[in-house]
Amino acid sequence: MKSKTKKNVPVLDVKKLKVNFQTKTGKVTGVNDLSFSIFPGETVCLVGESGSGKSVSSLAIMRLVEFGGGKIDAGTIMFASNSYVQSDLINSDQNKMREIRGNQIGMVFQEPMTALNPVFTIKRQLTEGLRVHKQMSKNKADLEALNLLKSVRIPEPERRLLQYPHELSGGMRQRIVIAMALACKPKILIADEPTTALDVTIQAEILTLLNRLKKETGTSILFITHDMAVVAQIADRVVVMYHGEKVEEGNVNEIFNNPKKDYTKKLISSVPKLGAMLGKKYPEPLKLDSKNNVKSIKIVGTTKPLLEVKNLVTRFPVTGGMFRKKIANLHAVEDVSFTINRGQTFSLVGESGCGKTTIARSVLRLEESESGEVCMEGVDILKQNKKDLLRQRLNMQMVFQDPYGSLNPVMKLFDQVAEPLINYKIVIGHNLNKKISELFDKVRLPRSFLNRYPHELSGGQRQRVAIARALALNPKLLILDEAVSALDVSVQASVINLLLDLQEELGLSYLFVSHDMAVVERVSHYVGVMYLGRMVEIGDRQTIFSNPTHPYTRALMKAVPIADPKKRFNRDDINFKPISSPIRDLGFVPEPSSYNMIKKGHYVLKNNIGYN
Amino acid sequence: MFEYTVRRLLIAVPTLVIISLVIFLVLSLAPNDPMAQVPLTVPPEVKEKMREALGLGQPLYVQFWKWLVQFFWIEPQVLIDYFFGTNYSEDKLRVISWQTRAPVMDTVMQRLPQTLWVVGMSYVVAIAISIPIGIYSAYKQYSIFDQTGTFITMVGYSIPPFFTGPLVIVIFAVYLEWFPSTYDTLHEVNNWESFIIQLKQMFLPVMVLAIQGTAQISRYMRSAILDNLNQDYVRTARAKGLSESIVILVHVLRNSMIPVITVIALNLPLIFGGAIITEQVFKVNGIGQQLILAIYANDLPTIQTLTFIFAFLIVFFNLVADVLYALLDPRIRYE
Repeated sequence: MKSKTKKNVPVLDVKKLKVNFQTKTGKVTGVNDLSFSIFPGETVCLVGESGSGKSVSSLAIMRLVEFGGGKIDAGTIMFASNSYVQSDLINSDQNKMREIRGNQIGMVFQEPMTALNPVFTIKRQLTEGLRVHKQMSKNKADLEALNLLKSVRIPEPERRLLQYPHELSGGMRQRIVIAMALACKPKILIADEPTTALDVTIQAEILTLLNRLKKETGTSILFITHDMAVVAQIADRVVVMYHGEKVEEGNVNEIFNNPKKDYTKKLISSVPKLGAMLGKKYPEPLKLDSKNNVKSIKIVGTTKPLLEVKNLVTRFPVTGGMFRKKIANLHAVEDVSFTINRGQTFSLVGESGCGKTTIARSVLRLEESESGEVCMEGVDILKQNKKDLLRQRLNMQMVFQDPYGSLNPVMKLFDQVAEPLINYKIVIGHNLNKKISELFDKVRLPRSFLNRYPHELSGGQRQRVAIARALALNPKLLILDEAVSALDVSVQASVINLLLDLQEELGLSYLFVSHDMAVVERVSHYVGVMYLGRMVEIGDRQTIFSNPTHPYTRALMKAVPIADPKKRFNRDDINFKPISSPIRDLGFVPEPSSYNMIKKGHYVLKNNIGYN
Repeated sequence: MFEYTVRRLLIAVPTLVIISLVIFLVLSLAPNDPMAQVPLTVPPEVKEKMREALGLGQPLYVQFWKWLVQFFWIEPQVLIDYFFGTNYSEDKLRVISWQTRAPVMDTVMQRLPQTLWVVGMSYVVAIAISIPIGIYSAYKQYSIFDQTGTFITMVGYSIPPFFTGPLVIVIFAVYLEWFPSTYDTLHEVNNWESFIIQLKQMFLPVMVLAIQGTAQISRYMRSAILDNLNQDYVRTARAKGLSESIVILVHVLRNSMIPVITVIALNLPLIFGGAIITEQVFKVNGIGQQLILAIYANDLPTIQTLTFIFAFLIVFFNLVADVLYALLDPRIRYE
């Protein structure tokens, strides 16, 4: 390999990079004094939380930052092209950059759902770069596109070429974006949070794919992520960033085993680790750092049932044809039963499309279920009329995933939290002020925030407002639908701790819906694993995590990245089955769920649902 | 896609019937008497007989039914006879104008070409000018070009044709004497000189109508491009090393045209409405002018028929917009 002899010459050498953004209120520094280098065949991870400048740095290398209003004010970015002649990308004009972009440096973006142009076929988007940079003829480029799809292991590559992006799943789209970035065999692949928007099993597949492609082609990878567990899986070297500046740089083993800076330590410790709760019967808050005086509490709860869901079935009609008749059913939830005890947490875990959110919404009757029972303290929610249902909803409130979308941008926070109380006419007049202030105290928000608007708050603060709003009516049950998934790790950790504190303090029950196994392990008393609308395994948390029995549960556990560079994915382990369609003909009668009892309280689905 | 179109067509039929009923009822509420212009020497009994001869003695629902039959059943037969030389419509009663005592549709067919030439040409001109302007102002947002364009389009948008019409006549026809102030329908194009004259006489009405169209479409185009410029796929296209012209004119434009095409199709019938006034100002004897004359003369069958034709155009272009939308955007093709 030619790279062997030149191993000591970095392909990319960034020195003292400074990027500013011109905004209405003045200059904002995106990246300041950043230096790092990437050697041939190496994977360097830029890691940091949102706003740390990691994406800005990658866009600066591509010189795409200028299209977003940024300006590179200082520094050099030396890039060694194929002939090992170093040139400074900062002084290159946009014509020169066009020859480098997509040709010598490829880029993969975070959001596969929007990174592809919706109105062109996959083939057209894949061949564009080849025809521009390699001057390939149309036929030759088409052939090469097919080879590229094969190299990223897409099933049925010939068919995919003729499809449009919306016809493909997120994981497949991300593979296509990777194929596109690799089309011209670039020297460097920049991957900006490429797995953040994906399910864990698909994330594991994409990470192994990137590792394999790196070995096969010798491409260097600049990998940008906020997730320390992913870093451990893929990095050779790590650059930790905070507020636009480099905090620490080092070999992946050094960073994990011997972090020098406090910020790095905090970043590592706030990652919920799978297996961290081993041997502990009850959930307890995360210890964020040694100085913090976190009370060592154990949330025991009670064993008295609060909510009992029995044989719940929720289906959505699929319409089609001339008169939009119902032509099929989407079986979102199929014969699911579980119980939530007072003061305890039941978690629903599974990948996107498995029906976990539909269950959460069905319990509140935000979706109408086809059959089954949802008994809250013995009252069947599904049988209530409108008025009684309204009264029942006093007992259960919901917190949603996206703290940006779930608060009204034009209402003051005080009014938003007060809304449920006014709605039910529970507290009026002067007492309202007192009540809302207390709620803000409860979720550890300063009272000075009462008259602010949502856009003045960070994501974590907004989620606290959403929790305060849910708590306003003193509910017995909180439904947390991916409530911590959209938050940065350190913020996530503190919101989890808040939720656990509140549970201990108020004796709340939680229905915790999440795709994140490590978070679920931290907060749950009982866990149900969902797949294709069915509950495939249910039991207490310790049992599920120490003795996963259903093959799907095992696959899910295996896919969770471990924040330890010594425990990387074994390539042979990664062989997940694509989820089949939950859409069935009208006449289809699903068999009832039947379970094997492994031990008392631990059940595993017997039905064959295509994952055995 | 086919099913979608057919379903939309099926919905259009009851929509049109209800529209025609509403037009009919509103017109019959209007206080008017086709005999009002008849000299006072004619005795009332005779006037009454004349009214009955026009079919006015019948109850409203019979009148409406007869109009429906005449418009939807007999008039299409006339059209078929005209094209294929058959004689299905022989001796059948057509929609007759009270004013001219001739079939309304005959007059419409005589006048339609003028309207189509002027209105159609103005729309083509408006689209041809506004799309490049919209693209460039979006790409160079807040540049001098964009600011000037915004100002001019604001002016063009807010000044109605009945003002710009006389204004351009005063400037170009009276002072500069570059173009004629009226449109001569009898002018025949048979050589180069007469073609130039035709162009000249079309220029002012086309310009007046195009000003408004340009202002609207270029605003929509600009905002559609701006929406798309911030999309992730644009960044992906740039990251592939594509040139700016391909990024903008292929990737962004195709996506931006989706909403703009809809606006273009939906605004086309509105332009016909605007043409009513413009035709009046420039003395173009198109169907807009026909409508105005019919209103002056209390000619209910003509008003009813023309209003319905405008309504039909609106429904039809709505359908066209929906189908074009589905064609341009693969995401909604299969729904």
